[in-house]
Amino acid sequence: MGQRTPLYDLHLALGAKMVDFGGWDMPLHYGSQVEEHHQVRRDCGVFDVSHMTVIDISGHQAREWLQYLLANDVGRLHGCGHALYSAMLNEQGGVVDDMIVYRTEDGYRLVVNAATRDQDIAWMQAQLGSYQVMMRERPDLAMLAIQGPQARHKIAELVTQSRGVLIHQLKPFEGRADGDWFIARTGYTGEDGLEIVLPADQAPGFFNDLVGAGISPIGLGARDTLRLEAGMNLYGQDIHLNVSPLAANMAWSIAWEPASRAFIGRAALEAEREAGVQLKLVGLVLEERGVLRAHQVVRIADVGEGEITSGSFSPTLSKSIALARVPMATADRAEVEIRGKWYPVRVVKPTFVRHGKTLI
Amino acid sequence: MSNIPAELRFAESHEWARLEADGSVTVGISDHAQEALGDVVFVELAEVGKVFAAGDAAGVVESVKAASDIYSPVSGEVIAVNEDLTDAPESLNEKPYEAWIFKVKPNNTAELEKLLDAAGYKAAIGE
Repeated sequence: MGQRTPLYDLHLALGAKMVDFGGWDMPLHYGSQVEEHHQVRRDCGVFDVSHMTVIDISGHQAREWLQYLLANDVGRLHGCGHALYSAMLNEQGGVVDDMIVYRTEDGYRLVVNAATRDQDIAWMQAQLGSYQVMMRERPDLAMLAIQGPQARHKIAELVTQSRGVLIHQLKPFEGRADGDWFIARTGYTGEDGLEIVLPADQAPGFFNDLVGAGISPIGLGARDTLRLEAGMNLYGQDIHLNVSPLAANMAWSIAWEPASRAFIGRAALEAEREAGVQLKLVGLVLEERGVLRAHQVVRIADVGEGEITSGSFSPTLSKSIALARVPMATADRAEVEIRGKWYPVRVVKPTFVRHGKTLI
Repeated sequence: MSNIPAELRFAESHEWARLEADGSVTVGISDHAQEALGDVVFVELAEVGKVFAAGDAAGVVESVKAASDIYSPVSGEVIAVNEDLTDAPESLNEKPYEAWIFKVKPNNTAELEKLLDAAGYKAAIGE
C-alpha cells in the first residue's frame, strides 16, 4: 500500500482507478482520461496534487542560499507574491529536480516533485553548510490544482469574499496567502488556473464543494497528456540527474546574470555552453496513425539518432505527439521506429497547445 | 464487475472468440481488457490472409496508457479485419462485444474448447 493523500477516500467514492505514482496511491482517471483532458481544455477541472512536496524556507540567509542552490535567481522575485520556475542542479549540471519557488511573507515556498522528495531533501540538507536557513517540509498541507479557462471564475464564486478578490487580482505566476490558504495562479496544463495549498483537514471539504458545484475531478492520466501538449517537462522522463537543462528546453530558466552568482552547476553549464550544446529537446508530431511512446528511437537522416522522452496520444490534436532529445542539427523531419517499422514525424517547437489553441 | 457474455469463449490474454454459423471465429477484446487499457486511441490490424497459430500476436491495441498485443485465440487464416476501428478505435471501449477486431477461418474448431468459458474467465480475472 502506498501513501495516501487526504482525498484518497473521495477518489474511491468518485470511482477513480487508482495507480501507484512515486509511492503514492493516486487517481489515474475517474472513467475516461480523454474526456477529463477535454474538460480542462474547454472548461475546468480539479486535480489532487497533495502528493507534491511543499517546503518552506526561512531564515535571514534564505535568499542567499536559494541563489546558491537554484539555477534561476530568486533575487528576481521583487516582493512577496511573485514566483518563478527553476531547476536545482548538481555540480555536473544534471537536474536534481525542477520546482516552482514562491516568495512569501516569511521567506520562500518551494513546491517540488513527489517522486523526488527523498532525493531533494537529502540534496538540500547537504547544501545547507553554514547558511542561516530553516527548511520546513509541510506534510500538514494538501494541494489542489484547478485548471482550465473557467477555473478562476468558478473558484472565486466558491470561496470566501477575500479569497475571491485575491483570485481575481492574481496575475500569472503570482501566489499569496489568505489566512491558512495559499493561492497561486500557476499550473501544469498550459491553461489558466490556480494551485491552492491548504491545511490537509480542510481539503476533503473543499474538494467536495468543487465537485458538488460541477467541477470535474481529473486524474494523473489527463494531467500527463495536458502537460505534454503544453510542452512541459516531467521529471524522471524528460529531465533527470544525467540531463543538462540546456538539452531540456530549460535554458530560459537559467539566470546567467549577474555573472558573479555562483550557483551549483554553473561551472558545468558554462563549460557545456562553451563547448557547444550537443542535444536539444524538440516536439514530434506523428502524421500517420499510431502512438509515439517514451524510449522509441528517433532517426534523423544525415544527422544521427535521438530518443523519445515522453510520448502519447494528444486528445486536443487527435494525433500522437512526443518530446524527444535529438542532436542539435536536427531540422524539421525525422523518423521514429514503432514495432520495427519507421514512421515519418514532423519536428516542431515543443509547445503543442496553449490556452486551448493549437500551436503546431 | 465487468460484462462477460455466457455464449463467448475467452483467452487468458483477454480476447473473446465467437464461433459463427459459417464456421469462422470472430475475435475481440473483453470488457475487462478495455477497462484495464483505458481509452483506446489506435488499433493496428492484422493483414487479411495472414496465418496465425493459436497464441500468435495478431495486432496491437494502443490506449492512452500503453500498447498491448492482441493474440489469436485459435489457429487459422485471417479472413476479415474490422476497418471501422481505424476511425473509431474508441468503440472497443464503448461496446467491446460488438466491436470485433478480426475474423479467422479456423484450422480446427476444437481449439475453441481449450479456451475459457464465461465462468472460467470470470474466475481468471478474479471477479
